[in-house]
Amino acid sequence: MAEKLEARDVSKNYGGVRALKNVTFTAYRGKVNVLVGENGAGKSTLMKILSGSEQPTSGEIRLDGEPVRLGSPRDAQALGIGIIHQELSLFPNLTIAENMFAGRELRRGGRFVDERAQKRRTREVLARLGQEHLSPDTLVGDLPIGQQQLVEIGRVLLTDVSVLIMDEPTSALSHHEVDVLFGVMAELREQDVTVIYISHKLDEFRRIGDWVTVFRDGSLVAHESMSRTDTGWIVRQMVGRDPDSLYTHNSAPTGDVLLEVRGLTAEGPVRPLVDDVSLTVRAGEVVGVYGLMGAGRTELVECLMGVRKASAGTVSIRGAEEPKATVQARLAAGLALVPEDRQRDGLVQTMSVRDNILVSTIGRFARTGILRGERERRTAAGQVKELAIKIPGLAAAVTSLSGGNQQKVVLARALLTEPVVLLLDEPTRGIDVGAKAQIAELMARLAAEGYGVLFISSELAEVRAMADRVLVMARGRITAEFAAADVTEEGLVAASASERALS
Amino acid sequence: MIDTKVPAPAPPAARGGRHDTLARAALLLLRGRTLVVLVVLVIFFSAISSEYLTQSNLILMTKHVAINAILAIGVTFVILTGGIDLSVGSIAGLSSMVAGGLLFTGLHVPGGTVFFSVAVVVVIGIVVGALVGAVNGLLVTRFKVAPFIATLGMLYVARGAAQLLSNGGTFPDLAGTDARGNTGFHVIGVDSWLGIPVAVWIMVVVAAGAIVLTTKTPFGRRIFAVGGNERAATLAGIRVNRVKIAVYVLSGCCAALAGLLLTSELGAAYPDTATTYELNAIAAAVLGGTALAGGRGTIVGTVMGAFVIGFLSDGLVLVGVSTFWQSVVKGAVIVLAVVTEQAQQRLQSGLAKRVA
Repeated sequence: MAEKLEARDVSKNYGGVRALKNVTFTAYRGKVNVLVGENGAGKSTLMKILSGSEQPTSGEIRLDGEPVRLGSPRDAQALGIGIIHQELSLFPNLTIAENMFAGRELRRGGRFVDERAQKRRTREVLARLGQEHLSPDTLVGDLPIGQQQLVEIGRVLLTDVSVLIMDEPTSALSHHEVDVLFGVMAELREQDVTVIYISHKLDEFRRIGDWVTVFRDGSLVAHESMSRTDTGWIVRQMVGRDPDSLYTHNSAPTGDVLLEVRGLTAEGPVRPLVDDVSLTVRAGEVVGVYGLMGAGRTELVECLMGVRKASAGTVSIRGAEEPKATVQARLAAGLALVPEDRQRDGLVQTMSVRDNILVSTIGRFARTGILRGERERRTAAGQVKELAIKIPGLAAAVTSLSGGNQQKVVLARALLTEPVVLLLDEPTRGIDVGAKAQIAELMARLAAEGYGVLFISSELAEVRAMADRVLVMARGRITAEFAAADVTEEGLVAASASERALS
Repeated sequence: MIDTKVPAPAPPAARGGRHDTLARAALLLLRGRTLVVLVVLVIFFSAISSEYLTQSNLILMTKHVAINAILAIGVTFVILTGGIDLSVGSIAGLSSMVAGGLLFTGLHVPGGTVFFSVAVVVVIGIVVGALVGAVNGLLVTRFKVAPFIATLGMLYVARGAAQLLSNGGTFPDLAGTDARGNTGFHVIGVDSWLGIPVAVWIMVVVAAGAIVLTTKTPFGRRIFAVGGNERAATLAGIRVNRVKIAVYVLSGCCAALAGLLLTSELGAAYPDTATTYELNAIAAAVLGGTALAGGRGTIVGTVMGAFVIGFLSDGLVLVGVSTFWQSVVKGAVIVLAVVTEQAQQRLQSGLAKRVA
């Protein structure tokens, strides 16, 4: 078997964080090489290095056995390495044909765009993707997300690639579209193209993959021919032997029901984003919500917090229904949300650490309308100490903190609103292992103090280790519920791909 | 004009020591750049013209500054939330015409004409500004019109309304009569107190109020939060729409007040009052370091910016530079201010990273 693309002893550091640790990875020619691992395991970092958009801190890349330097995505393209990113990089304001040839327009007379030729070739590619019914003149912004994904794939098919990297291309695709995509991948394999395929969906990639490589915490932990593996083996490799050691498990006794949700529904463009969800959270309880990207978990907490409009359902906090569903009303009733995307929804980047901590409760620090600086300082300093936030000073820009400490700032702000139930959306995303353990410990402590905690996670080990009870979401619905003792990774994975709501 | 030779953020190898001290000194200079520019301007013009640094000229220039400063303070509130208010010049014109009409022709009601005292007229003028601001705010929040478009529309509407009030004519005499009980409008724009024009005192009061509001109140903190990250502000429980409406109302009030001062100074109300003043106001805010993206800026900076623009314009006039060149210089100074602002941001984040 021929090695096509290799990473030898590659490491990548981001500041103090080691995203990749001495990884040696091989992709075989004319095979579908599957990469799996949890978020932050290093898969995407390696793909960025192999496609030229990131440079390794150390190590070398070999293509067909020769060392190559991939200084930019352009370098990689010139060597025949194409990548399809998880996030779409299309122009919604341009047509399908214009998107396909964006930046490399076909010319006529050297000067003018040859639209006719572009449309002709676009039609060919669309046909190859089973989308012959689409007109090349359709605006990409008017397409549903799955078809946009196919346009993105079509763009790469137009170029002459010998290595095609696909980063979770099926997350937005329907079953039919996935079948089409797998057909294209099989065809590429016939043409001796090397496919590197990142996926979370175990049931899917087992159908198409030849080799599977598992990443965990920045290291390559397993590399095996697909035929010699099974789902259980892959999950064990992904999670590692002893995930529980990292996290603190809550052991507080549970009390009254603090949050009760009945039939919560939020409409989406195609299907409900949150579909008839009911759940309860008790005092002293840590409830995990597991699911894949797009399962509706973030939308669920956004509805609970009043940021997103629910079309049906009730939310009761401490036994009283809260009907207004505004952020202010839900905050006052006792909910607080630590959002998934800190940069977008959590931090006010232009403000200091102190102001970020106090922004939700700033009204409390005024007497006759004027803020009392000393009280502000004391409260902020108290939170910093309480949550062990590492800061250069209260007046420091919040952007100067590390991810974990930024997360704690947002958490400190939420705690100051004196919630009874804390909603945490991917609280450990993008922070290092040490900070993860601290956040987990904090969650257990809060539960012990009588808070209810509802947290979202895509990491199997994390939900397993931290939650008393796990709810699994898929396609907007709750598809399974497990008590801590009954949680198995296989069960979680199966439920997260399920179509059926738990009745 | 000012020292822009900023040492590039030192490479990691050269941490601490002399580089930090240098960078900090440069940062201090950049932070105070508006003041530095002002001092340089004063020195420059007084070297050329002996009249520049006289007491009477300084007072006159400051009076010119006062009107733009008040407009600019209002605009700063809006810009801090990430919006923009292009309608302030027109609002000033509208409140000018409303006040002028009330003083000159009175309010026609069934059964005769009513005249209000000057104090009431001033209040009505400011309320008009507040209402127009509220409409701006509603357009931006409830109807989700981009601030630029909403207030551009209002620029025309309010100016048109000002012209409609008099059919394009001027209210020539605002002195009022004792019989009508509406004398004394000249106090705010013409008179002085302790040798300093009342208009300047008003600017000082407005500026002081605005400084307290932005730095010492929960509302001020919310303005910065909305401008810094609207989504985060929403999730933090801030009523973002309310904050936005409030800043447009504040801007409208400031604009109306500026219009009244201008009208009082001239002793007549004409519908073109304060045309294009919005540009000077925005320029003052930007010169003073207010980021158009929102979330960053100070009232003190804006007032300084207004001083720079005023002292520069009057100085150029005094030394006999043509109005055409005045425009060129003013424009260049504004752009330069933004360039140095960016240098400051880079330096600041460079230093912050080293602390962390």
